[in-house]
Amino acid sequence: MSSKTVREPLLHIVKRDEIPAKKAMVLRIVAFLLALIAGGLFMLSIGCNPIEVYQTIIVGCFRSNMAIQATVKIMIPLVIAALGVSLAFKMRFWNIGAEGQIIMGGVFASYFALFHSDWPHWVLVIVMFLAGALGGAIWAYIPTFCKVRFNTNETLFTLMLNYIAYYIICFLRDGPWCDPNSPGFAKIATFDDNATLDKVLGVHSGWIIAIILLVAVFIYMNYTKQGYELAVVGGSSATATYAGMNVKKIMIRTMLISGGICGIGGMIQATGADATLSVGVAGGVGFTAIIIAWMASLDPRIILIISALFAILEKGSRVVESNMGISADSSAVLQGIILFFIMGCEFFFRYKFQGRAKKGSE
Amino acid sequence: MRKVVGIMATVAMLVCFAAGCSSSGGSGSGAAGSGAAASGTAAASGKMKPIAKDKIKVGVIHITDPAEGAGYTYTHDVGIQAMQKEIGLEDSQIIRKNNVPDTDPAKIETAMRDCIDEGCNVIFATSFGFMDVCEKLAKEFPEVYFSHGTGYKCNGVNFNNYFGRIYQARYLSGLAAGLQTKTNKLGYVAAMDNTNAEVTGGIDAFAMGVAKVNPDAKIYVKVTGSWFDPEGESQAAQALIDSGCDVIAQHCDTTGPQTAAEKAGKWGVGYNSDMSKDAPKAVICSVMWNWGAYYTAAVKSIIDGTWDGTNYYGGMKEGLVTLSDLSSFADPKAKELIEAAKKDMLDGKFNVFDGVIETNDGKKIGEEGKTLSDEEITGKINWYYKNVEVK
Repeated sequence: MSSKTVREPLLHIVKRDEIPAKKAMVLRIVAFLLALIAGGLFMLSIGCNPIEVYQTIIVGCFRSNMAIQATVKIMIPLVIAALGVSLAFKMRFWNIGAEGQIIMGGVFASYFALFHSDWPHWVLVIVMFLAGALGGAIWAYIPTFCKVRFNTNETLFTLMLNYIAYYIICFLRDGPWCDPNSPGFAKIATFDDNATLDKVLGVHSGWIIAIILLVAVFIYMNYTKQGYELAVVGGSSATATYAGMNVKKIMIRTMLISGGICGIGGMIQATGADATLSVGVAGGVGFTAIIIAWMASLDPRIILIISALFAILEKGSRVVESNMGISADSSAVLQGIILFFIMGCEFFFRYKFQGRAKKGSE
Repeated sequence: MRKVVGIMATVAMLVCFAAGCSSSGGSGSGAAGSGAAASGTAAASGKMKPIAKDKIKVGVIHITDPAEGAGYTYTHDVGIQAMQKEIGLEDSQIIRKNNVPDTDPAKIETAMRDCIDEGCNVIFATSFGFMDVCEKLAKEFPEVYFSHGTGYKCNGVNFNNYFGRIYQARYLSGLAAGLQTKTNKLGYVAAMDNTNAEVTGGIDAFAMGVAKVNPDAKIYVKVTGSWFDPEGESQAAQALIDSGCDVIAQHCDTTGPQTAAEKAGKWGVGYNSDMSKDAPKAVICSVMWNWGAYYTAAVKSIIDGTWDGTNYYGGMKEGLVTLSDLSSFADPKAKELIEAAKKDMLDGKFNVFDGVIETNDGKKIGEEGKTLSDEEITGKINWYYKNVEVK
């Protein structure tokens, strides 16, 4: 036999045409309901009443001013980091390094919080803000420079820089910035009150910065020449070059802004939320932000909504853990199930399964 | 854990990108934000108002999960349960926040605020790293009692610290271990080096107990550099066993050193909880905390209004520190010696760090007829007793 028959798989995945917005919305709602049902089955299997669990999540986030404030505090870094990465993603630059950029923003700002806490409060806050932005921007510049100069892979490069940033904090904590008043437990000293962000309505003023950034990024993306340029580069860098754009320059400029925004997030987390620099300054926010940015289709307005949902899920799960006595692992599974469905539905927007083609066709 | 999930989700997404799909996915790992500028009013000076028993609500902040069944967090939670039983609190009067990372102030603060939001008026924070957040929130919530374990700060009003003379039990365990050893080499797995007075003082007390019954024996110390390191602690114990030690004592959180000793057919001295449960053939005795003694006393003082906001430093006398029963294979002479030494401690005739103490680098500490002050014991012991060698 000379010819070999290639058996087609029973099902295969094919790209589908754009589906109408209305249908997409229906699909999303269905996915969300399925997520609640699947999560509920899991809750039943470990002996919890699912309705009570979902109720506790919502109540736990909104039952009091303090609960709402706590939810907002979780939201702030998520919004800022998601805004940062969405600029890069719009350009199709895979910035997986938000985590490291947040950390470096925190490190740079912390230098002034630790060693110049005697400066006038507003001068210090502004300097820390700029330092945070600079720290994040430098951490984003390194992989971008290598990308435009040596065509390195930015995904791996930015990812690896996260770990370097993490160990820089460990180094500072165990070495030069170690709090001498804490024997046997290496940590960086708590910042002076003068070096921490003021509270507005019971939450550190990072929320105001987050709103300003959100508006600024929205305008930048949609109504400026630079925002248009980065979208063109994202569409096709060949087109951009043909149109006479300096792709390298646009790439570096956009990444400096992207990293700078993430760095501001780190500064806010260190000087607003933590009042110290800890290894948990980013705490996975940089990775969650990537998910948020994509779930929001890189639209700053939707980023706000998705971040709120993430914050509610996170804060509410913690309340469920302590109120209903379930373990942290179980609530992580619940969060995972819900996200799995919502992420799965995005897949079905673009692809569909197709049965094996009939014999003889094609 | 959550971070790992986040990273995995991200990797999964990258695979998705490679296929040219712009879907989205992942799992929740948002770090908690929280307020910092402690703009709250300072706690009013003077005594705190007592709280009626049925109005008390206790929030407990744990670094890991009591479900581990042994070790540090478990031991604290056993103490909380003992307090609940002793005082007679309902289950709904106690809230636990488990797995609160001690390196993330924002998450610690969220957990404590959650407790306060749920109506807690007493917070017990059981791990060292929670100290600064307690200090900060105590300012903001002057009506809430904050009690932090194993640190040193307090504000004299609504924030105190609790800790204890674990060195007393370590000395007693040294008596049993000194009699037990055949090779005259004893191993000691220590979490921290001599910059930490708690660990170093504990080693010295153990070594003094050993020297009392066995002047020829030496104590070999290995430092892991971490309070909780399951793998590192087992490895340190194994290294000590390989160098000829036949009794492994420990000042670290897991049962690793004891199970390593059992596997090698050696002996050991457990810590925190009764580790004869975990390594029945190895553990001669365990140096134990009975945190229930403090939790009960603290909640009682809050109910009857005698809480004074000062630091608590209890010992054998208060029942905070104990030594487990000796195992059946312990040296028969040990029991009597331990009982006698314990009696002297309870009577105040013997305080472990009495008189002139010789260090392993030839210095002399203390004065004849005196004993080291609590301040020195808790903060200044950075020397090792003469029969100690750090590896």
